[in-house]
Amino acid sequence: MSANTKAADVPVLQPKDFASDQDVRWCPGCGDYSILAQVKKVLAKIGARPEKTVFISGIGCSSRFPYYMNTYGFHSIHGRAPTFATGVKVANPELSVWIATGDGDGLSIGGNHLMHVIRRNVDVNILLFNNRIYGLTKGQYSPTSEHGKKTKSSPMGTVEWPVRPLSIALGAEATFAARAIDVDVKHLEYVLERAATHRGTSFVEIYQNCNIFNDGAYGYATDRTAKPDNVIYLEHGKPLTFGRDAAKGIRLHNLRPEVVNVEEVGPDDLLIHDEQAREPSLAYMLSRMRYPEFPEPVGVFRCVDAPCFDTQVRDQVREAQAKAGDLDFDSIIAGPETWTVA
Amino acid sequence: MSPPTDNAFAVAPKPLDNIEAVTIRFAGDSGDGMQLAGTQFSDTSALVGNDIATLPDFPAEIRAPAGTLAGVSGYQIQFSSQDIFTPGDAVDTLIAMNPAALRVNVNDLRPGGIVIVNEDAFVEKDIRKAGFSANPLEDDTLARFTVHRVKINSMTEKAVEGLGLSNREAGRCKNMFALGLVYWLYDRPLDATLNFIAAKFAKVPNVAKANTRALKAGHAFGETAEMFASHYHVDKARLAPGTYRKITGNEAAALGLITASRLAGRDLLYASYPITPASDILHEISRLKKTGAMTFQAEDEIAAVGAAIGASFAGLLGATGTSGPGVALKSEAIGLAVMTELPLVIVDVQRGGPSTGLPTKTEQADLFQAVFGRNSECPVVVLAPCTPADCFQTVIDAFRLAVRYMTPVMVLSDGYLANGAEPWRFPKLADLEPIRIPAAGQNGHEHFLPYERNADLSRPWALPGTPGLEHRIGGLEKEDVTGNVSYDPANHEHMVRLRAEKVSRAHIEGRELIWYGDDSGDLLLVGWGSTYGAIAASVRRARKKGLKVSHCHLRGLNPLPAGLGEKMKKFRKVLVPELNLGQLCLILRARFLVDARELSKVQGQPFTISDITSGIDAALEEK
Ligand code: SF4
Repeated sequence: MSANTKAADVPVLQPKDFASDQDVRWCPGCGDYSILAQVKKVLAKIGARPEKTVFISGIGCSSRFPYYMNTYGFHSIHGRAPTFATGVKVANPELSVWIATGDGDGLSIGGNHLMHVIRRNVDVNILLFNNRIYGLTKGQYSPTSEHGKKTKSSPMGTVEWPVRPLSIALGAEATFAARAIDVDVKHLEYVLERAATHRGTSFVEIYQNCNIFNDGAYGYATDRTAKPDNVIYLEHGKPLTFGRDAAKGIRLHNLRPEVVNVEEVGPDDLLIHDEQAREPSLAYMLSRMRYPEFPEPVGVFRCVDAPCFDTQVRDQVREAQAKAGDLDFDSIIAGPETWTVA
Repeated sequence: MSPPTDNAFAVAPKPLDNIEAVTIRFAGDSGDGMQLAGTQFSDTSALVGNDIATLPDFPAEIRAPAGTLAGVSGYQIQFSSQDIFTPGDAVDTLIAMNPAALRVNVNDLRPGGIVIVNEDAFVEKDIRKAGFSANPLEDDTLARFTVHRVKINSMTEKAVEGLGLSNREAGRCKNMFALGLVYWLYDRPLDATLNFIAAKFAKVPNVAKANTRALKAGHAFGETAEMFASHYHVDKARLAPGTYRKITGNEAAALGLITASRLAGRDLLYASYPITPASDILHEISRLKKTGAMTFQAEDEIAAVGAAIGASFAGLLGATGTSGPGVALKSEAIGLAVMTELPLVIVDVQRGGPSTGLPTKTEQADLFQAVFGRNSECPVVVLAPCTPADCFQTVIDAFRLAVRYMTPVMVLSDGYLANGAEPWRFPKLADLEPIRIPAAGQNGHEHFLPYERNADLSRPWALPGTPGLEHRIGGLEKEDVTGNVSYDPANHEHMVRLRAEKVSRAHIEGRELIWYGDDSGDLLLVGWGSTYGAIAASVRRARKKGLKVSHCHLRGLNPLPAGLGEKMKKFRKVLVPELNLGQLCLILRARFLVDARELSKVQGQPFTISDITSGIDAALEEK
C-alpha cells in the first residue's frame, strides 16, 4: 500500500474529505450507503490520498460508486471493470485501485474477467456487492439468486442454481478472500481495512440488502435474534464457534464440516481457522457453508502473500532494460540486419 | 517493375543470364518448412540489394493432413533490380515439394516457366490425394513448362547421413536442400542462411550440421547436375541511397507503436489476445521489452482493449491489436473510449470474413466496421497503411492524432501487409517529429474541469496520481466542460456533434493521400490500404501506354482527406479497387455524390497487376 503512506506534511483527511460533490442516488435504505460510508472511513484511517486512489466500476447500482468518491474514478462498461483496473494498475502501480462490482456485473457478464484478475493477483481491491438480484434493471434474478426465486423474468421461479462468489474467487486462487455484511458496520470496516492493506487481489463479498427488489435476502444473517445462530465470525488461529455464548462449533468429520455442541465434543475437536494456509481447500470448504444447513462464515477466509501481476510486469521490463544496458534506440529500428545502397 | 519476358528462362548458352525481375514460389506441405525457405530467400535477396515483395500464403490449420490440397503452404517472392510494387502476378519458378503443392500452384506458373518438383514425393498414394488421375510428371500436364525432376528427399537423406538424425529429423532438412538449389539457380550467396542456421540450432549442433549440409548439397547439385543449363542473376535494385532493412507489416506496426511511445515520452502498453494474423505484433513487442514497452496477453479481446483504455486513463499510450472478429468484440469498449475521450490505438489486421472466415487470408472488408461499427453516433479516426513498411508511420500518425484529439484511432492493416515483407529505408529516431502532449491543469478554476476544451476541441488528459485533478469519467453522457453526468437533451446533441466535429478535424496533414499522375483525366483510381502496390503498378503501365489515368491512395479514411470530392470530380470516371464488395466506393458516392464504380475482389488473395489493368481497360472502354 505504498500509495497510502502517511507523511508528516500532508493533512490528515477525514472520511468526508473522500466524498465528491455529487448527490448520492441510491434508493433510501439501500445497503450501498453503509458500504460507501465504511470505505470512506477506512481510506481516512489508513491515510489514503484521494489523488492516488482510483475507483473503477462496471454497470449496476453498485457501479455508481466512483461518482460519489472524491478520488479518480472510472465508471466503465458492464462487467469489464477488472480489465480497466488491470490497465490502470500496470500503468501506475503506485495507485491504490478499487473495483466496485455486483453479483450481476461481476459474476454474470463479467465472470471471465473476475476470474482472471484474481488469478493474476493484480494488486486491486474488489468489492462485490452481492444483493442476489438485478437492481438497476429493476428486479431480474442474478447468478447468486436462489433456485426457484420468483422475479419478473422468472415468474414461475428460476431454474438456475446460484454460484458462490467466494468459491469462485478461491477457485481462481485468490490471495485474499473475505466476506462482510453491509449493516454489520464495525466488522465491515475491519474487513475493508484488511482488504486495503493486502498486497495482491483482495476479494470481498459484501452481503448487501436491496430493499427495493430483494428486501430481507440476508435477514437470517442480520436479524438480531437469528444472526448468532447463522453467522460465524472467522478469526485467524481461533476455533470456529457460533451461537449464543459460542456454544456451537464446526468440526471436520469425514472431510466434511459438521455443526457440533462445543460442550459435548470439547474445544479441541473444533476446526481452527487458518487464513494463511497455502492450501486453500479449507477456505473453499468454508465458502460452501450455506444457510440454512450451516451458519455462514464472515471475515477473512484467506490471506496469503504472492507476487503481484502489475509489479512483475514492471520487473520484467526493468530486467530486460538492465540486461540491454545503454540502449541505442536507432539500433532497435534498424533491426538485426541492414544494408546500404550508395 | 516489368516482369521477365517470356524468353528470360529459355535455355541459354551462357552460364549466367542477367535478368530484371523474377517471381518464385516455394510450395509444399504445411510441415515442409516452406515459409522458412521463403523467408530466408527474401532475406538473402534483400541483403544482396534487390527490391523485394513477398506473399506468404498458408493454411489456417497448423498441420492439415499431409499430402492434401488443404495442407499446401506457399511463399511467393518477387525480387528485382527495379522498383517493384507487388509480389508478382505470374510465377517464373515454382518449387513443388509434393503433388498437392504442384496441383494447387501450377496454374499460376507462366508458360515456359520453371517447375522444380521433388520427384520422391510423387508416389501413387500422394498423386491420388492431390486429385491427379495419373502421375503429372509422366503425362503432358506440365508440357508448357520446363520441368526439373529432383530427388530432394533421397538426396537430403544422403546429405545428412551419419549425423545420427531420426528419419523425421532428416526429412525436415529437405527445405534447406530446395533452398540451396534455388540459391544456385538465382546466384545468391549462402552466408545469411548459414548464419541463420548456426544461430537457430546453436543448442542442437547435429541439427545445425544437417541443415548446413542439406543447404550446401542443394547448391552443389545445381552446380554439378547437368539438368540446369544456365543460372540467372538479378542485379541490385536502383533503390534510393540509404540504409535499408527488411520489414513485414506486423514488425513495422510493432516498431511504430514502440517508437511512438519514445516520441511521446509515455510508456506503451500493448494489450492483445492472440489472433491470426495479428499475433506477431504481440510477439514482437514482447520481445522488445528492453525498450520499456509493456505487453499484456489478456483473457479475451474485451479485456485487451479494456486494459489498453485503463492504461491510457492512467497516462500510458494504450494500444491493442486484433483482427476483424476481435474488433467486433472490442466495439463496446471503443465506444467507451469515444465517450470518455481517451487516446487509444486499435490495429485491425484484417482477414477474410465474416465470422471466423479465412483466418490466414487477406481482405479489406472491415472498413465499414471501423468507420461505422459501434452503437449510436460513435466516430473514430481511421487510417490505413499502404505497404508493409508504411505500418510504421501509420501507427505513429495514429498515436499523434489519438493524443492530440483525445480519441480512439483505428489502423486498418491486413494479412497481406502483416506477413508481406519489403526493403525499408528506415529513419532515425531524431528524424521523427516528437509527439507533443498538452499539459492538464486546473486552469484557475476552483475544481478541475475534465471536459474543458482546447483549440482542438480536446479535453485535458489528467492523470491519476496528480493532486487537484481528481475527476470521474465514464460511459454515461457527460455535461460539456464539467464532465458531470447529464441527461439534458440539448447537452446530448451538443456532445454528439462535438465528438463528431473533433474527429472530423483529425487529419494527418501531408500524409492523408498519395497521388500519382495528373490532377485531371479520364480515369481516377481511388484505393486504400494494401492494394497500393497493384494499383500503383497498373496505373504506371497505363500511363506508359498513354492513357489518362491517375491514382489517389487514401491513408486517412476517417476523416477523408480535405478536398477529395473536388479532386475526384476532375476525372471523367472514378474506379475504386477494393478487396471487398465496394465499401469505400459506397462511402465516396454517399459523401461526394460522385459516380464512383467498384472493382471488387474477395478471394482472400491480393489484387494482381493484371486484375487492375483489366479493370482500367474495361472502365475506359465503357462510354
Ligand atoms: S435498486 Fe436496490 S441495490 Fe439498487 S439502489 Fe435501489 S435498493 Fe440499492
